[in-house]
Amino acid sequence: MNKWNLIVDVANCTNCQLCVLAVQDEHVGNEFPGYAAEMPKHGHRWIEIDRYERGQGDKVDVAYVPTMCQHCDDAPCIAAARDGAAYKRDDGIVVIDPDKAKGQRQIAEACPYDAVWWNEDLDIPQHWFFDAHLLDAGWHAPRCASVCPTGALRVEKVSDERMAEIARDEELEPLRPDLETRPRVHYRNLWRAKRAFVAGTVSGKVNGVIDCIEGATVTLTGGSNGSVMLETDGFGDFKFDRLPADGQSCTIQIAAAGFATAERSLTLSESTNLGDIRLERTG
Amino acid sequence: MFRLILWAMPWLFRYARWRSPAFRERLSERNIVVQIRTADGRQARYIAFRDGGVRSGPGLHDNPTVSLVFKTAAIGARLLMPPIDQLEQIDALKNFLVRLEGPDEDGVWFAQTVMAAMSATWKFGRKMPDGTTRYATMTNGGPLFVFVKDGRIIRTTPIEFDDEDPPSWTIEARGKSFTPPRAGTLSPHGMNWKAMVYAPNRIQYPMKRVDFDPDGERNIQNRGISGYERISWDEALDIVAGEIRRMKLEHGTGAIASSNGSHHNWGNIGYYLSAKLRFMNAIGTTEVHHNPDSWEGWYWGALHHWGGSLRVGGGELFGTIEDCLENAEMVVFWSSNPEATGGVYGGQEGTVRRQWLRDLDIEIVHIDPYFNDTAQFLGGKWLSPRPTTSPALALAIAHVWIEEGLYDKDYVASRTKGFEAWRDYVLGAEDGVPKTPEWQEAETGVPAKDVRALARKWGRKRTYLAVGGMGNTFGGACRNANGTQWTRTMVCLMGMQGLGKPGVNVGNLQLGAPLDFGFYFPGYADGGISGDLNNTALAAGLYQRMPQLPTMNTSTQVIPRLRLPEAIIDGHAEGYAWDARTMEGQFSKIVYPKRGHSPVHMLYRYGTAILGTLNDANRYVEMYRSPNLEFVVNQSIWNEGDVRFADIILPACTNLERYDISEWANAGGYGAHFNSQTNHRIITFQAKCIEPVGESRSDYEIFTALACRLGLGSYYTEGMRDLDWVKRMFDASDLPRHISWKKFIERGYFVVPPEREDLRPPTAYRWFAEGRKKDLPEAMPLPGDYTEQFLEGLQTQSGKFEFESSTLKRYAPEDPERPPIVKYTPAWEGPGVAELADYPLQLITPHARYSFHSQGDGKDSFLNDISDHRMLIDGHYYWVLRLNPADAAARGIATGDLVKVYNDRGAVLCAALLTERLRPGVAHGYESSAVYEPMGEPGRSVDKGGCLNLLSPRRSQVKNSHSMANGTAMVEVEPWDGEVAFERKAPLTDATGPRLEAAV
Repeated sequence: MNKWNLIVDVANCTNCQLCVLAVQDEHVGNEFPGYAAEMPKHGHRWIEIDRYERGQGDKVDVAYVPTMCQHCDDAPCIAAARDGAAYKRDDGIVVIDPDKAKGQRQIAEACPYDAVWWNEDLDIPQHWFFDAHLLDAGWHAPRCASVCPTGALRVEKVSDERMAEIARDEELEPLRPDLETRPRVHYRNLWRAKRAFVAGTVSGKVNGVIDCIEGATVTLTGGSNGSVMLETDGFGDFKFDRLPADGQSCTIQIAAAGFATAERSLTLSESTNLGDIRLERTG
Repeated sequence: MFRLILWAMPWLFRYARWRSPAFRERLSERNIVVQIRTADGRQARYIAFRDGGVRSGPGLHDNPTVSLVFKTAAIGARLLMPPIDQLEQIDALKNFLVRLEGPDEDGVWFAQTVMAAMSATWKFGRKMPDGTTRYATMTNGGPLFVFVKDGRIIRTTPIEFDDEDPPSWTIEARGKSFTPPRAGTLSPHGMNWKAMVYAPNRIQYPMKRVDFDPDGERNIQNRGISGYERISWDEALDIVAGEIRRMKLEHGTGAIASSNGSHHNWGNIGYYLSAKLRFMNAIGTTEVHHNPDSWEGWYWGALHHWGGSLRVGGGELFGTIEDCLENAEMVVFWSSNPEATGGVYGGQEGTVRRQWLRDLDIEIVHIDPYFNDTAQFLGGKWLSPRPTTSPALALAIAHVWIEEGLYDKDYVASRTKGFEAWRDYVLGAEDGVPKTPEWQEAETGVPAKDVRALARKWGRKRTYLAVGGMGNTFGGACRNANGTQWTRTMVCLMGMQGLGKPGVNVGNLQLGAPLDFGFYFPGYADGGISGDLNNTALAAGLYQRMPQLPTMNTSTQVIPRLRLPEAIIDGHAEGYAWDARTMEGQFSKIVYPKRGHSPVHMLYRYGTAILGTLNDANRYVEMYRSPNLEFVVNQSIWNEGDVRFADIILPACTNLERYDISEWANAGGYGAHFNSQTNHRIITFQAKCIEPVGESRSDYEIFTALACRLGLGSYYTEGMRDLDWVKRMFDASDLPRHISWKKFIERGYFVVPPEREDLRPPTAYRWFAEGRKKDLPEAMPLPGDYTEQFLEGLQTQSGKFEFESSTLKRYAPEDPERPPIVKYTPAWEGPGVAELADYPLQLITPHARYSFHSQGDGKDSFLNDISDHRMLIDGHYYWVLRLNPADAAARGIATGDLVKVYNDRGAVLCAALLTERLRPGVAHGYESSAVYEPMGEPGRSVDKGGCLNLLSPRRSQVKNSHSMANGTAMVEVEPWDGEVAFERKAPLTDATGPRLEAAV
């Protein structure tokens, strides 16, 4: 049995918001009986994009993580629903029946991803239901994936076995593994949001002026990483990335020929720019 | 034959009535008698329309409403015999072989009814299985399918191709193949149209300011304050036509000015350079002459080193995508953020190509005070100079190259001119200041070591320089006080590195897709139906294919747009022309008023953008309340911006509610080959997807109705409805060779097959680098602008790249702001200007990411919900102002706080967003809010709509230009204290006032 899955590649999301806008275009002012009632014009974000800024000064990066109903195979909303108001379809999609769910606020409250929205006017819970109404009518993808210009959102309708292979090959992971809800939305490059980096610039006096030092050896030790080494680039920059932001202490050691070794210690609780590390000439 | 045709005509109406309910309805609109006859009356027939019926008889009618008179029967037969030859028609009109007698409105109605009869069986759109009808349209944000059911828009989607569409191109680079997706992409505002069409602030019916009486008290002082009352179309049109007449009668030629934003809607027929220009020429108006907005620094600056007047100072573009992917080793994005604006009009077509850049692991550097959207997407090294100081950074790069020999000396010797003079300046021989990396650090804040490292990489690697949103122009640093300096230094760096050599060029993968540019379809500035052979590109291409009655503006008086308030309030204004034909075109001075002409007393506004998009915008508030302006009419879709200052408001509809035709991103004469931003040339039949909202009408219909009241209806319309003009443009293009009209209006779009791989144009400037004749398919420069031999050399006097500009040397060699070689002068509105010490933050106002200028913003639209666009606080959607956390902390500001952004010119209430993406000392907020919402008296209170252009300087970048420097302004930001009143300290229009305008 082939089932729907959504794959989110964080590295390709530019926060253009087209997926969000496409959901509004599709659902504001339109009701699809059996699937969903109208979405409120403002206030609901059936798909929303979370911003993660890392770093400081000249070493920053930004990741955007689209989140939405995760279409969990162990869906807390289904467990919380009465009268089968929320249910799992054979193709993996979770649907909240707009009629049966009336008044069932606990369906919205049950979602650990905060992806089920409460519609005050209609007194119903609502969510991104994979545009099942369109898929059932023969569309090849939900609006959000069709409109995405970078492939940051893509769908796969495959067997669970095949999906497991894809997840392995592409290093996909769930948004919140700790919740253990077996979501059908899978994330790639989530480390861009969830992990930390340590970066800096190495400089020193060369031919009478301060210059960037290329090829300096930078070693990170400590934390849960053991020891990692890299070389500075043409701008004297180094960046250790995908580190767990777990509050562990670590040390950075910088060695370059003709310069005294420098060392910095830090606690890795967030991405850190060590700034310009000026090496002193030896001899 | 003439008799036979006349006899057949009623049968055409009867057939159309039988086939089409819409035509049946049209027939019942009027009870009139139309006489068709020869001049001598010997051959004649009349057709009587009564209560929807058509009756006809031979001979002369006693009392015809209108008469269509042909000089002879032979001429009548020739003109009426299908297939209709348009050139014959126009010739006949121009030579007075045919004329219309009787009321204009009835004559136009009859002519349009004939057209309607011939199109009664046309079927638009495609019926879909779910009961919707799929139409297509085009927007500034890309092409759309529009799905409609029961007269309501259900959804809009990007255009996805099917098997009938031609294949896409493939680029081979470094052993990989790259092909774009088989669909169009959209900008955020392109996915917002459903909300925009059904916006609550759509103007539903004509309105009159309650205390405006055209025959009595006008209460001009209450513009912007008083409310409005609903009036009928007839009342509104009578007042506007009456004022047009009165202006000409009481004041004379020149008394009416018309002013529009740069982008009202999209479409070649209903555009300001088309339907509107045709009307304004027909009545004779003072032109409000546009500055090259968004291209400022390029047109007034870089142009003088490398030519490119016909691309607003931009360079060549062909082949740069392939060349960059195949040959470049590094790309330097310098104030280049294509992911924010999609180039311009380009949806997100270039995005996939920049993904390829990433896939090929080509080194990337970003230079921008803001870690912009493109940097976020592509990653790479980020250098953040203070706004307005980039020219200093560029000079320091040149310094390193000269000192270390890291430039192309052979190229400089053979392909360029005047390098020695510039080199001496860079080395400090001229002023004793070597422009070293250490020197620039004090200006830019960028560490000298980083500049040296960049210069060395750049000098050793084949490098593409990406400047502005389009890669070779548009937006960014070209719009600040030092915009001309910046663009000039940019091209001079490329002159040193061998512009045109493999992998050495200007571009950001936005322009230059390998499309078939030999397929003729006009762009929006190619003249449309304007008939204007002087002020559009009509004469260059479209006119021969789509003959039309020429129009000529009978007023030659001109106001430079950026001085419109001064022109109205002070009665005097000066500026310079944007004349793309030659490099010297920009030296033509404009002086208002023109001797012998009336000053302007009536303003015909078209659109809403002034307060959000034009600099020092409180001047416009004052202008609207000047007694010199006796009448203001605003023809607008939404009630926003400066609509609230009009006396009469005419509701226009969007291009989803009327017919049009256009190609994606094709700007025609404004910027040749801008459509090369797209991955496929997509041409749409822009269907009338739904009936106009409320009583709104298409611009064409509004102008037609006014024209009829002035007796100009037949002249203005040529008897055509907008749909008929659409068909004429279809026939004038290369489309009929590939797709039938019937199929085109059913599918809604056509994808032009890509260029054959072996016929793709060569790479930009390769011919120049290799010293060959120009081999690119573009008619620029004009033949007379080549110096020694046609097709040899650039547009410059020497034909070479000129470090020392011949044009500037001839024009004003001693001009300290724009000397023949580019120098760095700290910006007059920038850090370190003593008079501005009260305003320590540099506010940058780049082009908006989510809206297209004011289009898409406000309107209670979906964009309001994007927290990077507006932030919802206490029920109001506030404009977002970005601040560095250190600057915010010093002022006690947190994300989500309301802050007052202000200087001597104005004050705007915004929502703060703290981010490390900005260097300290810089604030960031997009230009062009659609919402102007003064909290008290207009012009004298804080605006909570978000019009940051209330704060930007009005001074031109350089004196001898007509340019905006609104990209940066010095401001202070403080937590909102609730004080609504604001007293402006800068003089309103006096060019020599103190403080902020001191240096003017």
